[in-house]
Order: sequence, then C-alpha cells, then structure tokens
Amino acid sequence: MTSSASGSEIIVAMPGTRLRQNQKLASQVFRSCAGLCGCSIIVVMAAILFELLLNSSQAMATLGWRFLVTAQWDPVAGKFGALSSIYGTAVSTLIALVIAVPTSLVIALFLVELCPKGLSGFFRTAIELLAAIPSIIYGMWGLFVLAPFMARYVQPVMGKYLGFTPLFQGPPMGIGMLTAGVILALMILPFVSSVMRDVLEMIPPVLKESAYGLGATTWEVTKDVSLKYGRAGMVGAIFLGLGRAIGETMAVTFVIGNDHSLSVSLFASGNTIASTLANEFTEASEPLYLSALVELGLVLFLMASAFQLIAQLWLRAAAVRMGTQ
Amino acid sequence: MTEGLVQRPKISVRHLNFYYGSQQALKDNNLDIAEKAVTAIIGPSGCGKSTHIRCYNRIYEMYKGQTATGEILLDGKNILDPSVDLIQLRMRVGMIFQRPTPFPMSIFDNVAYGLRLKAKLSRSELEARVEKALRDAALWDEVADKLYEPGTHLSGGQQQRLCIARAIAVEPEVILMDEPASAIDPVGTAKIEDLIFALKSDYTIVIVTHNMQQAARVSDYTAFFYNGEVVEFGRTTDIFTRPQKKQTEDYITGRFG
Repeated sequence: MTSSASGSEIIVAMPGTRLRQNQKLASQVFRSCAGLCGCSIIVVMAAILFELLLNSSQAMATLGWRFLVTAQWDPVAGKFGALSSIYGTAVSTLIALVIAVPTSLVIALFLVELCPKGLSGFFRTAIELLAAIPSIIYGMWGLFVLAPFMARYVQPVMGKYLGFTPLFQGPPMGIGMLTAGVILALMILPFVSSVMRDVLEMIPPVLKESAYGLGATTWEVTKDVSLKYGRAGMVGAIFLGLGRAIGETMAVTFVIGNDHSLSVSLFASGNTIASTLANEFTEASEPLYLSALVELGLVLFLMASAFQLIAQLWLRAAAVRMGTQ
Repeated sequence: MTEGLVQRPKISVRHLNFYYGSQQALKDNNLDIAEKAVTAIIGPSGCGKSTHIRCYNRIYEMYKGQTATGEILLDGKNILDPSVDLIQLRMRVGMIFQRPTPFPMSIFDNVAYGLRLKAKLSRSELEARVEKALRDAALWDEVADKLYEPGTHLSGGQQQRLCIARAIAVEPEVILMDEPASAIDPVGTAKIEDLIFALKSDYTIVIVTHNMQQAARVSDYTAFFYNGEVVEFGRTTDIFTRPQKKQTEDYITGRFG
C-alpha cells in the first residue's frame, strides 16, 4: 500500500530518479540482449565455417584441387574425388526446381486468382500438410512407390520419346537422379508455392484492376504485372526451394542409388553431397576419409552460400533497374 | 426526371442495383451519359459513386460476391449481359484510378501495354501510337528523353497522366475516372483538369469526384448521388446554380457531406 503510493508519487513528482533509471537500465539490457542474439547468428556461421575448414584441412592438404575435379571415390585406396557428389547435388536440385517452380506458380495462381473461396482454405491446408510430412516418409514412399512407378511407367516412355538425348538413356531402374529430383520437387513444392501465394496476395488490387481494365486476361495480368511487381518475392521463393533441395538428405539417400560414378543419364544412379555424408559418415574410420567427408560438407556450405549471394546481388540489381527499391 | 435531357446517350443506365454480398450499395440507378462530354458524379463518401462507374467496365467482377442487376446500355447494347466479352468491353471502356497505377515497367512499355494486348503492331507503328498517346495526355514533352526509364520514377501527377496515356493509347470510347486527382498536388490537378477538357472532344468521360469545384469546372453534366441513389441529374450549370432537390442544395452549399 505504502510502496505503491510512493511509487506513483515518484512518477508524477520526480521523473528522472530511481524509476526512470530502472527504465533506462531495462532498455539497455534489452538492447544488449537483442544485439547479442543478432551477433550470435554471425558467431554460429563463423564457428561452423571454422570447424569445417579445420577438420577438412588434412583432406585439402593431401588431395588439393583434385578433390573437386575428379570423380573417383575409393576410400580403400585413399582416393577421394567429390565431382560426382557435386554434380549430383547440382543436377538433382536443378531437376527439382525445373519441376517445382512452374508447378508452384500455377498452384499459387490457382489459389489466389481462380479457386472458389470455399475451396481455397482446403487446398491451403492440404499443401501445408505436405510440408509437415517428415523427409524419411518421403524417402520410404519414394523407394517403395515412386521408384517402381517411375521404372514401370514414366522412364520407359521418356526413354522412348526423349531417348535420342543422352539425358534419358539407359535401363529404367526407377532409382536414380531423376526420381531423386522428383521427390525433391515434391518436398519443396509446399514451401515455394506458399511463398509465391503470399507474394501474389500482396500485389495491390488497384494495380491488377488497371491491367484488367485495359482488357488483359488473368494470365496476362499475372505475367506482366503481378510477377514483375512481386519479382523479388518470387526469386526469394525459388531460392528458398533451392536452399531446401540442395541440402535435403534422407529422402534423396533412399532413392538416388548412392553410386559414386559420374553419369550423364538421369536414369542412372548417382549421389549428392548430403546423401554421401549420410551414408558414409559412420564408416569413415581413416582420418583422411573423415576429413574428405568434412570437406564435402564445406563444399555444400559454400555452394548454398554462393547461391544466396547471387540471389541477393541479382535482386539488388533488378531493384535499381526497375526503380522499386 | 432525366428523360430527354441527354440526346442519343452513349451509355444509358436503367434500374441498376448493386450488391456487396447481401448488402445493397446501389438502388435503382437511372442515368444517361452524353457522348463526347464530361459527366461528373458527385456525392458524399460511401454514396456509391465509385461503385456505380465500376459497373460500366464490370471491373467489380474481379471480386467474389459482388453482383449487379439491371441494364447498362452502351450504344444500346446491355453490357451486363453475361455473354458480353469482358476483354472487348474493357478495351472500349477505359479506367483511371484514384492513385496512379504505373505498371512495374518502363514509361514506353506502360503506354504500349494495352496496344500490345490489342493488336500486333510493328515497332514503328507502336512507337508512333505511344508518342501520340503521350502527346494527347500532355506528358510527351516531360518524358520524351526518358521513355525507357521506369514509370515509377515519375512524380505523382506525371504518373497519373501516364496512366491516362496508357488508357487512351488503346482508343477507348469511354474513359472512367475515379477521383483521378485526389492524390495529386494542385499543379498536377490543374494539368489533369486541362487534360480532361481537351480529351472530351474525342472521348465520353465519366468522372467521380468529391471535389465540387472540380466537378463544376470540368463537367457538362452532373449527377448527385446519395445513399446509393441518383438524387439529381442535370446540366452542371443547372445543378450548381438551381438545384431542384433539397439534398443536392445542402450538399453543394456544404451543409453536409
């Protein structure tokens, strides 16, 4: 009773004494906490990079540039070439994006522009549920359902009509680069499409009205106005998908075949950096073997960072060009 | 009350009702829009002015739950009929909005946008049409040397004239203007009003405005809306000097609204 009375007296009568100082202190504590949390991101990034560099130094010293440009991976003979893993990572991610980006765009468009109001909530939930499925389930489904399906129905047809290109040659085994790409596409689809949906929903209605008002169709409005206006967000969505696909491990490990050979055909088995690490980390008994695997991890880290950097630079250049900074 | 005032109207609105879901926003609107003249629609906020002209190009159909009943005859043909081709309709009836809406592309591409949708033109033809539209919109002299810069780099008033150029480039018959100067400074507003005056020799213009001086300055006919109804319609000089209805008089003399 007494304390509260004196407390209110202090506020009214003497702003600038204890209570005021407490406030100041609290503000400072909050500032430092926020700053610390912000810095921790950089510290963690730096620590990971440092660890990766430290633990891969032996491989770097022993193998040099050969690590990056040779495909021979023979732990028994002490030969480690990461090329097939790097190639596999790039190709499986590319396949995933080629499938997922247009599909996501169409899904987002459907949800925002075309879907009847009652149904769109249902579709949204369904797509978000896709994102909630653990990747191991995708892997199992990929191995037991998708891979046989690809082997029996999809790959023979592709081989027949597209077999003139080296990309679609060889026996249809189901397991391999193409199936891994398809699984990855399915896994990134919910993320890419929901970001794209958000972007399309943020386009000012009056801008769309102007385009419709000139006699544009829904597709023309989307292509010429919405996509240009939301370009930054769209690229963000694509890179979010890329970031997830490039490091996805479990599902890919199940269906890619885990073969260190370098093969042009998408029907052939391959591997990715992530799948190699998942498969081989537990068996790496030699220090050089372990070090080579850590170097693989470093390569993945740098690839992902490089893509992010390119995206940022591209967006900045585009913003300057279009005057929408 | 309005019968016979407008000879051979370009647009005749008959018994137009409009609903946002179950809420009725327009009640039995009847109005004739004179050809190659400016018709102003005035009235307090929320009285249905914008809703009314948004029926003329059926832009409201972008949104679910918005419906119109009745008839809007454009050259004698009911455009509310479901069989009407919306793309054709919107090429005939252009629209300017409250805020400038340049597309995220260059000045040239903004003006060329509707042209490119309408027909395949050669580059030189396209350039000529874009230049003509920009000249007609009184913007050419200000942008001739920066046609390939983003439209968003222009000032607000210039952006609005860019939108007018974009709308007239496709040579519509009717131009709807929904408070075109409300977000523009006085100098820009004056330029847009001059432009409206110049355009009416070629186009039928319907302008929604809550600025009565503006309505008095630019229009030949004025309709006063209140609560979703057309309270009074007549020649602008008559409406502003000898209003027939008490509500109209109260509004134009500033007693409410």
